[in-house]
Amino acid sequence: MTEDQRAVSSKHAFYNNPKNRALIYQLLLLIGIGYFFYTIVSNTMANMEARGIKSGFGFLQATSGFDILMSLIPFDATYSYGRTFVVGLLNTILVSIIGIILATIIGFLIGVAHFSPNWLIKKLATAYVETFRNIPLLLQVFFWYFAVLAALPTAARDSVSIGEAVFLNVKGLFIPKLIGESGSSIVYLSIAVALIAILFLRRWAKKRQELTGAQFPVLWTGLGIFFGLPLLATLITGIPFGLEYPIMGRFSFDGGITVIPELMALALALSIYTGAFIAEAVRAGIQAVPHGQTEAARSLGMKESKIMSLIVVPQAMRVITPLLNSEYQSLVKNSTLATAIGYPDLFTVFVGTTLNQTGQAIEIVFMTMAVYFVINMIISFVMNRFNKSTQITAR
Amino acid sequence: MHKSILFGLATVALFSAPVQADTLEDVKKAGMLKCGVSTGLAGFSQKDEKGSWSGLDVDVCRGVAAAVLGDASKVTYKPLTAKERFTALQSGEIDILSRNTTWTHTRDTSLGLNFAGTIYYDGTGFMVSKKLGVKSALELDGAAACIQAGTSTELAIADYFRENNMKYKVVTFDTSDQTRTGLESGRCDFLVSDQSQLYALRIGLKDPAGAIVLPEVISKEPLGPVVRQGDDKWFNITKWVVNASIEGEFQGVTSENADELAKSGKPGQKRLLGTEGDLGEKLGLSKDWALNVIKQVGNYSESFERNVGQDSPLKIKRGLNAQWNNGGILYSPAMR
Repeated sequence: MTEDQRAVSSKHAFYNNPKNRALIYQLLLLIGIGYFFYTIVSNTMANMEARGIKSGFGFLQATSGFDILMSLIPFDATYSYGRTFVVGLLNTILVSIIGIILATIIGFLIGVAHFSPNWLIKKLATAYVETFRNIPLLLQVFFWYFAVLAALPTAARDSVSIGEAVFLNVKGLFIPKLIGESGSSIVYLSIAVALIAILFLRRWAKKRQELTGAQFPVLWTGLGIFFGLPLLATLITGIPFGLEYPIMGRFSFDGGITVIPELMALALALSIYTGAFIAEAVRAGIQAVPHGQTEAARSLGMKESKIMSLIVVPQAMRVITPLLNSEYQSLVKNSTLATAIGYPDLFTVFVGTTLNQTGQAIEIVFMTMAVYFVINMIISFVMNRFNKSTQITAR
Repeated sequence: MHKSILFGLATVALFSAPVQADTLEDVKKAGMLKCGVSTGLAGFSQKDEKGSWSGLDVDVCRGVAAAVLGDASKVTYKPLTAKERFTALQSGEIDILSRNTTWTHTRDTSLGLNFAGTIYYDGTGFMVSKKLGVKSALELDGAAACIQAGTSTELAIADYFRENNMKYKVVTFDTSDQTRTGLESGRCDFLVSDQSQLYALRIGLKDPAGAIVLPEVISKEPLGPVVRQGDDKWFNITKWVVNASIEGEFQGVTSENADELAKSGKPGQKRLLGTEGDLGEKLGLSKDWALNVIKQVGNYSESFERNVGQDSPLKIKRGLNAQWNNGGILYSPAMR
């Protein structure tokens, strides 16, 4: 501070100092907000108490007493309400991951197809986007579930079957299950080793290219390692795997893996719907790359496929990634439409059945909101990291 | 979505400053009774083409409206799924819930609600397609069940299959219509619900004769109207409207002879119909509260036969729901 300033500030009262005043206002606001939330919480507690509504999280330990259609972890009616939360959460995560992967593949294919020189492919891509983007998602879920999948054969013996090993009927898709026998752990280990080896290979190849300019076919070698190493391990250990085939029982198929139609319908609807939006994001991203870039690459004599993968797409990613982020988040939130067709996701199981059996709406709704919030925060975090990696970096 | 709005309402209602509940005053002031019913269940609460509601559950709403407002038609119906019903009542969106709801210990003690009697004694049963060739529920090991989500049926069936060491798959839907669609499409092999609902759902099948209801009844499901806890006046009114219709049948009072019996009936009939004593005043209602109920809605027997009994497509026999002196367990406490 200069002498002048000190003179000025000493003349004024403490509360006239802009800095102090700002601090006071901030403090008042904080107290106000704190009081607001305090009132909400204490009123809620008092109201619930007065109305004789049970509260607290003790119910999570109590026995649930109901069953759930599909669970990735062991579950039956003897497990607790807390467990129903985990079962629902895992089912939500499962359908979200399947949806995100499929939607990304569909989105990129359709988005790139938009630039195809082939008139038919180009128009088909446009038609796809315009159709699926403009129909409400709930309707699409219903379409896949009640119109398409419900039209499959009813009786187990009439199922659509592939080689008497894979069966498809109205109750779901039945596929053989891989059963690991002794020695299978070596194969699993080899997969891990292969993945690590590919990482090292990539790093080494990059370094070599930077030093010498020589390129190394990382993709093909990588694929070779990824499939070759586990295959080798399988052969050496004497194929330590058995297949458990679905067997026709009285009502349905037993054994193997059952993919329930609710999961198929929801995953299909989510990925096809979100895929249309991602396709538009991809199209926007590619169009955002100046045409001069492509022309420059051509004048250097690069192949068309190389231009796409090395010049256009990396630059387009800068536009696409933030859009992808919000599409992924929408997909996770839209997965709650599961409740319309009875897919046992977090919303159906926990906010549906568990809430109704326990009546503890506040706790359950807040827990569920927190979960979707956290899942979407994680998606944001990952996508932001990815976004950083695609941005222009100066060497 | 509809549900999120409900939860929102519930949260807002619970957040707001504490208020003293007086549902009777609120209903009188509004001149309308807000009644929660099902989204459509033949015989219990269903809407016709003209948009008017009828059914055994609906008659409870009409009865309460007749007793409180003197006019059975002063009811606003709110169709609710099983999942939404309790939240709607807790949040004050409805004044009374009459939606084939099973009276259970947990619901009565932990939801802040009170059950105001039983209007239909029911039990969980099974419906299967005839083609399946199943004669007993014990043959259903490994089969898939369609159930409405958020019901006590979900618990009853889990118990039953566990007791009998059988496995099953459970597909839960939001509405009972969807469970029927599930059975028709073959997604599930059997449908589980309260017996009364099974008969109602069977009528709606494309081929009602192609489905049979199995003989097993695996649980107790007493169905009745529900009100909010902590408003004893309103609780009493609902409870005694239900009793008045049961007592009406017992005393031989019908919608046709009610006026006459009020003038020249036996002392018990006169007391019920308000020409003697002060039963109505004690409830905070007018003298002719029960007269209005029976005149406009009918006694229990009339209501039963019209909606689910011999005069309806459901043709359900009285069974457990007959008067206690007639082989059933229907019994109204003393009207005095």
